[in-house]
Amino acid sequence: MTALLETEGLQKSFGAVIAAKDISVAARRGERLGLIGNNGAGKTTFVNIVTGYLRPDAGRVVLDGADITGLAPRRVRRQGVSRSFQIPQLFASLTPEENLLMALGIADDKGMSAWRPARSGAMMAGLEDLLERFRLGEYRHHTIATLPGGVRKLVDIAMAVTHQPKLLLLDEPSSGVAAEEKFPLMDVIMRALEGSDATVIFVEHDMEIVGRYAERVLAFYEGRVIADGTPTVVLGNAEVQRYVTGVAP
Amino acid sequence: MTGRVGTLGAALLAFAALALLGRILPHWFVLVATLAFAKGLVALGLVVLMRGGLVSFGQGIFFCAGGYAAGLAMRSLGVTDAVLLVALGGALALILGLIIAPLLAGYRGIFFATLTLALSMIAYGILDKTYSLGGSDGLNLQAPTFLTYQPQTSQEVSYALFVLASLLTAVAAALCRIHFDSIRGLLSLAARDNEIRVEYLGASVRWVSGTNFIISSLLGGIGGALAALSLGHIDPDFAFWTTSGEFVFLAILSGYASVTAVFVAAVLLELVRSFSSQYFPNTWQGALGIFLLLVILFLPEGLGSLVRRRRRTAVKPAPKPVESVK
Repeated sequence: MTALLETEGLQKSFGAVIAAKDISVAARRGERLGLIGNNGAGKTTFVNIVTGYLRPDAGRVVLDGADITGLAPRRVRRQGVSRSFQIPQLFASLTPEENLLMALGIADDKGMSAWRPARSGAMMAGLEDLLERFRLGEYRHHTIATLPGGVRKLVDIAMAVTHQPKLLLLDEPSSGVAAEEKFPLMDVIMRALEGSDATVIFVEHDMEIVGRYAERVLAFYEGRVIADGTPTVVLGNAEVQRYVTGVAP
Repeated sequence: MTGRVGTLGAALLAFAALALLGRILPHWFVLVATLAFAKGLVALGLVVLMRGGLVSFGQGIFFCAGGYAAGLAMRSLGVTDAVLLVALGGALALILGLIIAPLLAGYRGIFFATLTLALSMIAYGILDKTYSLGGSDGLNLQAPTFLTYQPQTSQEVSYALFVLASLLTAVAAALCRIHFDSIRGLLSLAARDNEIRVEYLGASVRWVSGTNFIISSLLGGIGGALAALSLGHIDPDFAFWTTSGEFVFLAILSGYASVTAVFVAAVLLELVRSFSSQYFPNTWQGALGIFLLLVILFLPEGLGSLVRRRRRTAVKPAPKPVESVK
């Protein structure tokens, strides 16, 4: 597999706080990559730089051979990068159906027409597929503000996959979800992504989830990557155990 | 396709019904309704903006531009055809909107509202002191013609203007409904809710706000030209802040759920104003204030919320989570 995403020497500071020191990462096409690290280790900064929300002080982001460093989020999205959020970023006054229709409409070049109805045949077919894959059917007509956190997570992620991204970044997909629901939630997400050759990078604090769903793990500490490898190797790394997982070697 | 055809069909029927009603309604009501429809068109533009989370306190600038375009075309170019005058009014306001939109599209909230207000007051100040355009007295407009039809009496002129206003109202309402039901229309609601996510989905909030502003400018100009023809007069007060405030008042009264509600609200407001100023000439603004207060208290989403088909079930609790998701 060839590298889809390559970051070279990413650096980012917020005043005296160094959020990213020198992050160089390569992710292969179709890879499932887990990012671990304590709060403030630089994981979300990395996601925000790759998706265009933050411009790095130094370094570059290359996607599929194209330099996308510093592009605005909507331009990064057009290049095939999509993301979900730790706190779902949804349109709270609308329903899951409307949220997803909008995402589908924006992904479709013809969808932005002011003349074409949102609920046209092609849109509805795409919508039904998403509702089915993410098991959102029974919530489709409820206002987002009334829905439980797990359902909002699913809507958030479903919206992120509408344009069949090359690279999907999930920021803590299981955070805020009850412990016994984390695996079922991740199962729904991973099943929904089956058959896609998208590279999936997810930030996660739960090591059991990382161990089960990641093919490869990057451990972050103080704005740099301190370990890179399979879950077994990284979670067994002495530095990771000392600085990230807190497990005594 | 059915939805769009249905909407256009309903608009055609509404127009036919209004045209017939105009024949049997009292003359004073026809006059009130024509002016109400003209103002309703401006308020509809404001509703387009409000759906995207923006409120303009300066729509009077487009209302005024439309009115002056009609007045000047009649006075200087000898144009008397009402259809052409309204088109010119809409065109001038549209050009103005195209110039202003890129400057304002990046602003939100009170900054956007204040900037629009400032622009309309600048227009007011310039017109008030431009004596070649009539200064504070403005311009008078003669009775217009309608394509090949030349009405002979004031009643005939009023009725013809009412029919034209009804047609424009029906067409604008139908097109706005179609727009609101499109992805582009949903995107306005989304931009109001969460701009960051709109950008992450690949759309530009600036573009959404800008195009909504341009649509509202066109509707404002058409409304202004119609109002000038209906009143037979145009003056700088069309751009004054109280005129813009009236459109905001109207948009709040109607809410943004229903396009029909905008025009119902406009007629209601004109009736309340007419009767209030007749029976309480010194306190009629107070009556209008109480009217708005009652609407906000009992219908916070405006009159449109009375007739909106509530497809979503916001008040109903969500079903119990499926086995895997909480």
